[in-house]
Amino acid sequence: MTADEQPATLLDVRDLHVEFRTRDGVAKAVGGVSYTVEAGQTLAVLGESGSGKSVTAQAVMGILDSPPGFVTGGEVLFRGRDLLRMGEEQRRRVRGAELAMIFQDALSSLNPVMTVGAQLGEMFEVHQGMSRKDARARAVQLMERVRIPAAADRVRDYPHQFSGGMRQRIMIAMALALEPDLIIADEPTTALDVTVQAQVMDLLAELQREFNMGLILITHDLGVVADVADKIAVMYAGRIVETAPVHDLYAAPAHPYTRGLLASIPRLDRKGRELYAIKGLPPNLTDIPSGCPFNPRCPRARDICRTDRPPLFTVAPGRASACHFWKETLDEG
Amino acid sequence: MRADGEALLEVRDLVKHYPLTRGILFKKQTGAVHAVDGVSFELRRGETLGIVGESGCGKSTVAKMLVHLERPTAGHIRYKGEDITRLSGRALKAVRRNIQMVFQDPYTSLNPRMTVGDIIGEPFDIHPEVAPKGDRRRKVRELLDVVGLNPEYINRYPHQFSGGQRQRIGIARGLALNPEIIICDEPVSALDVSVQAQVVNLLARLQQQFELSYVFIAHDLSVVRHISDRVAVMYLGKLAEVGTDVQIYDHPTHPYTQALLSAVPVPDPRARSERILLAGDVPSPAHPPSGCRFRTRCWKAQPKCTAEVPPLEIPEWFREPGGPAAHVSACHFAEERSVVPNETGA
Ligand SMILES: Nc1ncnc2c1ncn2[C@@H]1O[C@H](COP(=O)(O)OP(=O)(O)OP(=O)(O)O)[C@@H](O)[C@H]1O
Ligand SMILES: Nc1ncnc2c1ncn2[C@@H]1O[C@H](COP(=O)(O)OP(=O)(O)O)[C@@H](O)[C@H]1O
Ligand code: SF4
Ligand code: SF4
Ligand SMILES: [Mg+2]
Ligand SMILES: [Mg+2]
Repeated sequence: MTADEQPATLLDVRDLHVEFRTRDGVAKAVGGVSYTVEAGQTLAVLGESGSGKSVTAQAVMGILDSPPGFVTGGEVLFRGRDLLRMGEEQRRRVRGAELAMIFQDALSSLNPVMTVGAQLGEMFEVHQGMSRKDARARAVQLMERVRIPAAADRVRDYPHQFSGGMRQRIMIAMALALEPDLIIADEPTTALDVTVQAQVMDLLAELQREFNMGLILITHDLGVVADVADKIAVMYAGRIVETAPVHDLYAAPAHPYTRGLLASIPRLDRKGRELYAIKGLPPNLTDIPSGCPFNPRCPRARDICRTDRPPLFTVAPGRASACHFWKETLDEG
Repeated sequence: MRADGEALLEVRDLVKHYPLTRGILFKKQTGAVHAVDGVSFELRRGETLGIVGESGCGKSTVAKMLVHLERPTAGHIRYKGEDITRLSGRALKAVRRNIQMVFQDPYTSLNPRMTVGDIIGEPFDIHPEVAPKGDRRRKVRELLDVVGLNPEYINRYPHQFSGGQRQRIGIARGLALNPEIIICDEPVSALDVSVQAQVVNLLARLQQQFELSYVFIAHDLSVVRHISDRVAVMYLGKLAEVGTDVQIYDHPTHPYTQALLSAVPVPDPRARSERILLAGDVPSPAHPPSGCRFRTRCWKAQPKCTAEVPPLEIPEWFREPGGPAAHVSACHFAEERSVVPNETGA
């Protein structure tokens, strides 16, 4: 992309709905999610477990577990083409070559009975018709690129012979293999120690810059997000409740849920007193409260919150909050 | 929280080696995993001692030895002055009652086929003197109430509870015998932030209410600072540095502590500090490096670090001036370095 071109919107998710039809009822796992990602940009999707982060990503990638999962509405525009309306064959070509995913658990997403060299090489053989020998050479290059020491020797090793951090770097290598435009990383460092997490995040950020990729970083860790994201979408009960440029969100959240999350993490730089705790639990997705889904736990809830579902109000350019009282929340600082 | 009470637990040179064997019929020992290799600390009445360190450094193994789930290869654990390492029978039973444990994983540490009432009441089978048969259900309801669960849930099964609620069940079981000490092994690591805050607050409240002493193991350094009076940093089976929360977080002198703290991502985009990126991985505990165990990843390593094991003591050059740097640190070249970014928010 040259400097005078408009920033290209790579991914434009519009009003995505996903539900799971199970014995216990219909779980509305994603209830109208919209976001966009541009080249070179990092969007962080933040939320507690079960809030719909992974399901949203799976629907975008076209790897939703279906049944029981069904996309029941919305569009997923990738460079203007709706992935949801593409044939499976066409979609498979997009996946990997243009759009790749990194999963939380590298061990279970790598093939345990294939050497990592063979797994990396296979990408080039299948997608680019390379010879086995050339593909293997590319695999070594990639492993060096993600800083695996002695890569030429280690291409013949199996996944279990690598440490957790190395496996995650191999997953990154795999996602990068075909130089995609956009990577979705679903909790890529959640299972890792902080020192290893720092190595992996550092690598991911460096590669993103180098290739000017779009990155969607899914996480529940408010610290990781603050470090690397350009903008954030906070999810609660299958919906985005707040979206903002990263600095604005941390400086002054515009939604009581975001505010509560930020207040409930202990600080590293000084010893606090009692932690703020959001009361109660997230709702069961087969029975989401009417009005604002956060109302049973919200310290600010009024009558209107129990009856009227708040839409995403525009708070400022590039900023929105699904709260009737976003202004008051924002003013509180 | 008071940290100047008597020493309830004194741990001296604790070692746990797991033998590595080859062969099926004729097992031959080929080496050993040095899971814990000479750990000493004390726990005072009413205090919380945090233990931090990367995965596999031996935290859980220490915890298991403290509650007699593992037998030490060498070393001593004294409880109120008495060596409990080799106790058995009735004497051991009495001690175990006072040292209880809460585990990490609220999904697997509770028996799925037992009701919550049976789970929490199980310790009474071994210690009927605490709650006579007829009194048990009342005790269990009381415990449920203490940890913030509805006493009406006594007949439910673990799968009917959320992660945070299951952790409360685990805590209620830990409290059942009125222990003096609770060893918490990653009690909030599996929980989401909002629920984690609830459980951390609960543990703090119970400590006040029942005058408990905690050993609190976690890999989240912010949570550990929040709850601990003193913190021990562990690396590959040994302690690297021990001190008060201010000494460790604001005045760390061991390179490993500094790297660990600098790697923590803090929830404030404006708080940048220089991150120390460590090269490579933690070495295998089956073949720990000679001298200082951290030397393979340490940017300050010198020949002395390969030749001599750095003792865990207050470095000479900090003793005289005193101040927050004067705490035990197992490094030949300990020096202060400020690594924790200052957050701007309130
Ligand atoms: N029963 C066992 N047999 C052999 N090795 C063991 C055994 N239990 C633990 N180990 C080894 O001892 C070392 C310390 O393990 P431990 O479980 O104490 O680590 P930890 O610090 O609690 O790690 P984590 O943060 O992952 O819980 C590891 O290398 C582990 O693989
Ligand atoms: N295969 C599945 N079958 C039924 N429900 C599912 C399935 N996958 C996810 N869900 C449900 O969808 C909701 C959102 O899950 P997910 O997106 O994985 O959350 P997270 O935000 O933790 O990534 C959860 O309630 C989860 O239980
Ligand atoms: S709409 Fe009402 S209940 Fe929902 S977050 Fe805002 S104040 Fe709270
Ligand atoms: S003793 Fe040497 S290798 Fe060990 S931490 Fe200190 S400087 Fe580093
Ligand atoms: Mg997920
Ligand atoms: Mg452990």
